Amino acid sequence: MTVAIVGAAETTQLGKIPDTSQIELHADAALNAMADAGLTPADIDGVATAGESPVGIAHYLGIAPRYADGTSVGGCSFMLHVRHAVAAIEAGMADTVLVTHGESGRSGIGRGGRGGGGGAGLPDQFEGPYGGMGPTTMFTIGVLRYMKQYGMTHEQLATVAVVQREWAGMSPRASYRDPITVEDVMASRMIAYPFHLLECCLVTDGGGALILTKAERAKDFPQKPVYIMGTGESVETPMVSQMKDLTSSQAFRIAGADAFKSSGISHSDVDHLMVYDAFAHLPIWGLEDLGFCERGEAAGFIEDGNTRPGGKLPLNTNGGGLSYMHSGMYGMYALQESVRQMRGTAPAQVPGAEVSVCLGVGGMFAASGCIVMTNSEPA
Amino acid sequence: MADAEKRPRPLPRPTPETQHFWDGTRVGELRLQRCLDCGTVYFPPRPFCPGSGSRNVEVFRASGKGTLLSYVINHRQHPSFDSPYSIALVQLEEGPTMMSNIVGCEQTPEALVLDMPLEVTFEDHGDIVIPLFRPA
Repeated sequence: MTVAIVGAAETTQLGKIPDTSQIELHADAALNAMADAGLTPADIDGVATAGESPVGIAHYLGIAPRYADGTSVGGCSFMLHVRHAVAAIEAGMADTVLVTHGESGRSGIGRGGRGGGGGAGLPDQFEGPYGGMGPTTMFTIGVLRYMKQYGMTHEQLATVAVVQREWAGMSPRASYRDPITVEDVMASRMIAYPFHLLECCLVTDGGGALILTKAERAKDFPQKPVYIMGTGESVETPMVSQMKDLTSSQAFRIAGADAFKSSGISHSDVDHLMVYDAFAHLPIWGLEDLGFCERGEAAGFIEDGNTRPGGKLPLNTNGGGLSYMHSGMYGMYALQESVRQMRGTAPAQVPGAEVSVCLGVGGMFAASGCIVMTNSEPA
Repeated sequence: MADAEKRPRPLPRPTPETQHFWDGTRVGELRLQRCLDCGTVYFPPRPFCPGSGSRNVEVFRASGKGTLLSYVINHRQHPSFDSPYSIALVQLEEGPTMMSNIVGCEQTPEALVLDMPLEVTFEDHGDIVIPLFRPA
């Protein structure tokens, strides 16, 4: 036995609670449990919940977690959360995990907000009225601030798409493979200033799957094994308007730091990098938040050719969400390309690559996961 | 912003914890909350402080002044808006940020200059009044 329950509490009231919304029922129970344990939100580094998103719960409570579990399989979800928390704590992924439940099952207060407006969730109330049209307007809304803060030009932003098209040109399965120029990007239709069509991801259909087992069994399988060296994860906020810093993702920084720490690698060990690119600025945020570039320097890093074919840090070698494919939840395809690179079977193979870092994003910088893979057998 | 044929913008459904905010906009006030233990001013509304976890908090009337933190100008068609229109993030004088639309000026990069001073204005939809911002 290595893990114990040290705080437990229910909501202040039970029964019929028409004056409290569902997310506040989670928070009320959580604050009571923290009081029971003598803790505050600053002491919590893991959040698990069902019914609401762990992103929303963490942000509402003011927690910056490095472990988030949104497993939702019905009424027993919390038993699975406890089991996963035990494994996470034993593995060093978190020290103190909060598992919350709250449900306005009778009164139906504040249920079912999905952020599209017209609802009672906080994103519905405080972002929904302003005409956002999903990721094209919400993911992109902080980029003008970055441009002013660091002097990034429109041309540099466009260069991200140009470089990724170079990679896509080497990948037979990429949706778009014809070379493009900065001028082509700048001349493409304006979607949401400052973003042009070619700076936005594709919308396509597809799927992917992975199978994992113990490393000691891996050599019994037909394919070259790809080992997981380290991982990291975090969530920040379900509302882009409430990011602590528009020019950097807190979730990227926490997930990336844990992935590097748990894998024991340094930046110079990384041969190949994937950064989920729903829009052209994502690789810039990723390069900086993972620590490959100083703040404000990633656009120049890309412009100078470092992430191109033949560059010192090959990035998004399938062409990325901008050119390869993007079904909506692109993270699976980033993982697939990291696996191909580690197997040595990628169409645009990085010669001799031994370590791949794969950084994913969820929502509009709401969540992040980072996986470090290698093809070197564990010692 | 929306012409006669347009649907009204999506309106919020207040919850018990946010009711004070939406009551405030109906009387021309932008309301924020402050932690009486650690002093943190925060938004969106909740009955405890996200900085300290304390339930010892108060509601107060904000100045309604802020600056333009960042924005996009949406060019795609929206059922409630005439494109192109801005969706903006406002840095409030008291510290929190909030999403809004900037009205009362051209919806162009030339007219929408980062860090320009803004002030709150209100758009009446009957039971719900939406806070918007205009150049100050």
